[in-house]
Amino acid sequence: MIEMAPSLVLVVTIAVLVAVGVYLILERSLTRIIIGVVLLGNGVNLLLLLSGGRAGGPPIIDLTPAEEMSDPLPEALILTAIVITLGMTAFLLALAYRSWHLNGHDEVQDDIEDRRIAYLAARDELAFEDTDTDVVVPDIESEAHEVRDETDTLTILVGEEGLVNVPVEAVRPSGDAPDDGAPDDGASQTDREEPR
Amino acid sequence: MTLEWLAPVPAILPLFGAGLALAMWRSKRAQLIISVVVLALVLAAALTLLLTVGDAPYVLDIGGWSAPVGINVVADRLAALMLTVSSAVTLCVLLYSMAQGLADGGEDTPVAIYHPTYLVLAAGVNMAFLAGDLFNLFVAFEVLLAASYVLITLGGTSARIRSGTIYIVVALVSSVIFLAAIALVYAATGTVNMAHVALRLPEIDPGVAQVLQLLLLLAFGIKAAMFPLHAWLPDSYPTAPAPVTAVFAGLLTKVGVYAIIRTQTLLFPGGTVDTLLLWLALATMIVGILGAVAQDDIKRLLSFTLVSHIGYMIFGIALSSQAGLTGSIFYVAHHITVQTTLFLVVGLVERRGGTTSLDRLGGLAKLAPGLAILFFIPAMNLSGIPPMSGFLGKVGLLQAGVADGTPLAWALVAGGVVTSLLTLYAIVKAWNKAFWQIPPAPLEGAPLPRGMVGPTTALVIFGLGLTVVAGPLYTYTEQAAANLRDRETYIVGVLPDGKRGTGESDEVVAEGGSS
Repeated sequence: MIEMAPSLVLVVTIAVLVAVGVYLILERSLTRIIIGVVLLGNGVNLLLLLSGGRAGGPPIIDLTPAEEMSDPLPEALILTAIVITLGMTAFLLALAYRSWHLNGHDEVQDDIEDRRIAYLAARDELAFEDTDTDVVVPDIESEAHEVRDETDTLTILVGEEGLVNVPVEAVRPSGDAPDDGAPDDGASQTDREEPR
Repeated sequence: MTLEWLAPVPAILPLFGAGLALAMWRSKRAQLIISVVVLALVLAAALTLLLTVGDAPYVLDIGGWSAPVGINVVADRLAALMLTVSSAVTLCVLLYSMAQGLADGGEDTPVAIYHPTYLVLAAGVNMAFLAGDLFNLFVAFEVLLAASYVLITLGGTSARIRSGTIYIVVALVSSVIFLAAIALVYAATGTVNMAHVALRLPEIDPGVAQVLQLLLLLAFGIKAAMFPLHAWLPDSYPTAPAPVTAVFAGLLTKVGVYAIIRTQTLLFPGGTVDTLLLWLALATMIVGILGAVAQDDIKRLLSFTLVSHIGYMIFGIALSSQAGLTGSIFYVAHHITVQTTLFLVVGLVERRGGTTSLDRLGGLAKLAPGLAILFFIPAMNLSGIPPMSGFLGKVGLLQAGVADGTPLAWALVAGGVVTSLLTLYAIVKAWNKAFWQIPPAPLEGAPLPRGMVGPTTALVIFGLGLTVVAGPLYTYTEQAAANLRDRETYIVGVLPDGKRGTGESDEVVAEGGSS
């Protein structure tokens, strides 16, 4: 069996690559993020290499005794991972170019809508408006005077004419007119405001 | 057991279809026919797997190389169910997107690359469900992610580039974490085959095993949009074209959930991180749904409910009981369908109303009563109104929580009920505002093409169908959960003698285990 203890040089290299990669990924500029992704990917690929133990002879039967062979599996995995990283890097570069083309910069921006909602919340406003409930509802007593569910007329018995429909206003005592004046708008609106 | 050859078909066929569709880029019609035929065949294959798979999973050692050396494909009950639901959903979304593309005059969907990319996405998703080793799972993730990068930035408009960048960077980070986890798993156990890893993990230091578990959980948690790793999702999904958002919302997060189920049950059955997962599930539910309540845009609202309902699935997994896992699997199947349907319906709303802002929409119930019905059914299903499948899934999970009986499980039961209620609130708000309020300004929408309404209706009916067949489906998920918890059937299926799978390379056995 080949030596399994990892080489210190490789471990330090991985640490540096990953640290620099993470730092760069936290940047705003997409170009720096791309460099970060590449470094991070290389660091992890080295980690994969490390997982197979130290390097031995080429893993080909009849060329190297089985005990001295390198582990070929991590190498195959790294190869796949490198190809994938290459493809993703190419796509990210295209994306950065497109972003620069459209906006003149390659900055990775925050969630704009989220910021808008946070702003509204900070001002204690609703994220949306209820347009059709903005009709001012008068207080319940004056509304009860006005609303007629079935008809706007009353059916009453008038002498020999029998049943006749007359407007409501005709039978209401004149002194008892409902006060349909505008109620205090401000007060009723603050009452309905939902607590946030 | 003669159907083993069928197992890799759902992953391979779309890849061939993608190549063919790319070669036929000149002809829209040829591409459409290829995609539809391929996805229909995949659906048929998945259905066959679903109906025939027993306790023993279908295992195929690819190329005749025996398991830990070669790559293998494993289709058990869970994988077959996921494959069936996802194929049905992808097929419907494809038809929908075609109708939209044709109606838009191909402006929104560059047809030449849309079909191949979509098929590659389907291949990646199916491959992830079938992967028998961790590295294959990684490759499947990369395949579906690469396709999703293209789809989410489709057309390259300013908004899509902005939100797509965030999505891609986050996905890349999660991939790197996953790859590092694989490297460490290989260093610790000397194998990446999942059945083999499951055999060897008990032999290594429990602390190391837990680190591996947490790393894998971190990688999959980002994919599944689990709190606190969810912030990328509501930002990036809504700007993509409606069918793309629909298929992403339905499938991609569920692939993450599937990977969590697979690794938690097969590799780490001890339940050492269950408490952590329960807390995360609770936070995911509550934070997600509170986010949904605050939204004005209906697509973002649905994205937040998506995050929130991931919490239910994590809840079931974290209980690590038969009932919990059953409920979780059922909920995944239900949620894929209903969430995709809702996003498709919102695509119709956007088309009819010209906007997805709840402030500007209104009166759609009068303009398009059929659309109102199409929205109402999956919306009620999502919020768990009896007797629909959302209700059944939630009841299953809540029962599992009550059966668990710990204070934390009770907290999650309460959290689940509150989340369900708040989902209803958010959805009803969207319903009232989009369909019933008087629109502030007349809506500038186009009439709905029949080709878009048809697949949406089909998915709505499919969602209702899940309710009708809920009994058999629940029995099926119960069996799937039992198979998952009884890891022996999986491990023996892959490695019959505990060392090697069926196939060649017998001479290597003499050398003993690798490395």
